[in-house]
Amino acid sequence: MPEAFRLALAVAAKDIRAELRSRTALLSAIVFAALVLVVFNFARDPTALAVVDLAPSVLWVTFALAAMLALNRAFTVERENSALDGLLLAPLPRGALFAGKLLANLAFVCTVEAITLPLFVLFFNVDLTDTWLGIAGVTLLATIGFVAVGTVFSAMAVRTRFAELMLPVLLLPFMVPPLIGAVQVTSRLLAGRPLSEMLGWLRLLALYDVVFVTLCAMAFSAVVDE
Amino acid sequence: MTAARAIVRRGLTLVTLAFVGLAGVYVLALGHTPIEARQGLAQKIFYLHVPAAWCSLLAFSLVGIASALYLWLHEPRLDRFAAASAEVGVAFSAVMLTTGPIWAKPIWGTWWTWDARLTLTLFLFFLFIGYLALRAAVHEPTERARFSAVVGILGMLLVPFIHLSVYLFRTLHPQPIVLKPSAPSLPPEMLRTLLSSMAVFTLLYIGLVTTRYGIALTEEAREEATDAS
Repeated sequence: MPEAFRLALAVAAKDIRAELRSRTALLSAIVFAALVLVVFNFARDPTALAVVDLAPSVLWVTFALAAMLALNRAFTVERENSALDGLLLAPLPRGALFAGKLLANLAFVCTVEAITLPLFVLFFNVDLTDTWLGIAGVTLLATIGFVAVGTVFSAMAVRTRFAELMLPVLLLPFMVPPLIGAVQVTSRLLAGRPLSEMLGWLRLLALYDVVFVTLCAMAFSAVVDE
Repeated sequence: MTAARAIVRRGLTLVTLAFVGLAGVYVLALGHTPIEARQGLAQKIFYLHVPAAWCSLLAFSLVGIASALYLWLHEPRLDRFAAASAEVGVAFSAVMLTTGPIWAKPIWGTWWTWDARLTLTLFLFFLFIGYLALRAAVHEPTERARFSAVVGILGMLLVPFIHLSVYLFRTLHPQPIVLKPSAPSLPPEMLRTLLSSMAVFTLLYIGLVTTRYGIALTEEAREEATDAS
């Protein structure tokens, strides 16, 4: 295993271990996502709008809000007791540090999404028996890109005033392309459309991931290095 | 300090010149340009809307380029320029986003539509509001410069993605709207008015950025003076 990859895994493992010991952030993100779903249920008129028309948007707005909450956490924990300084002083390439943080954030956001999805099925009575694998795939594809941007922005946001407000203001415009793509693919999956109709969107999502993961990995050192 | 004052003064001179030019453009557009046959007088707003859009795109592209160069060269002048250009760009997009609906209402029959170009410029506007909010929230100058440069570069690369996704979104879901007639060949008088308006707006952009740049220099000098004493 290459050295940088091992180091990245070590950083990610540290984050995941710390999270599993307290579980506060994970639990509150999940409760938050469940609450958003419940609020959505009361925000629609069940006689006027079929649930399948609204379902993809509900799912993705919930994912986006929960991810925002999760990403805010990523570097606030490093700020306490100046833990980030310790990480930066460690003999660790910046690329590996970024990859580690990205992996930990991905694990965190994907866990929240994986628990939200069954709740969504339960609350909105959507049948996912044939499509859950496709939905999981597109969720991962869309999540990677904006979590990469979110990792860089959250490292910045913790060093600013109004950190909790700064991250959504900066990150939401960057969530627009993955969100549009994911909603489009999800609604086609739920309607049982053929793959050829989603291919354009899937390509766009994949391209977004490649461009922004690369770019964020390069920009990360400009954010953390004094 | 005096150098900064001189820059501010030069900027203000350019702004004054641009305002005189703008008055000229008004006269030219209202008095010496033919009235468009189908849209009538409503089309006159074209001579403000398009130059404002041109200037905001120019401003935001230059922010992206200056940001990329800053991360490479670490030259504080580039950062100061990017900040000034972003602020002026936000002002011009506000002009564009207000003149747009005023024009759209009589011609398209609606204040707002989720047309691809419209959505893109709206997101650009939000992106740069975020950029300015970030600058206001970081105190340390070099840190502020690095952070905003990163946002500037990422923002520049986000633009094609937003464009592509809203374009796909719209073409897959055609909406019953009268799309903007893309005037392929303007009559020479209209073209003349448009081009002179664009020149005046560009001059206004340069004047405002120069002024803002000079003000930033003055602020820095003041901060250094208070830190030293």
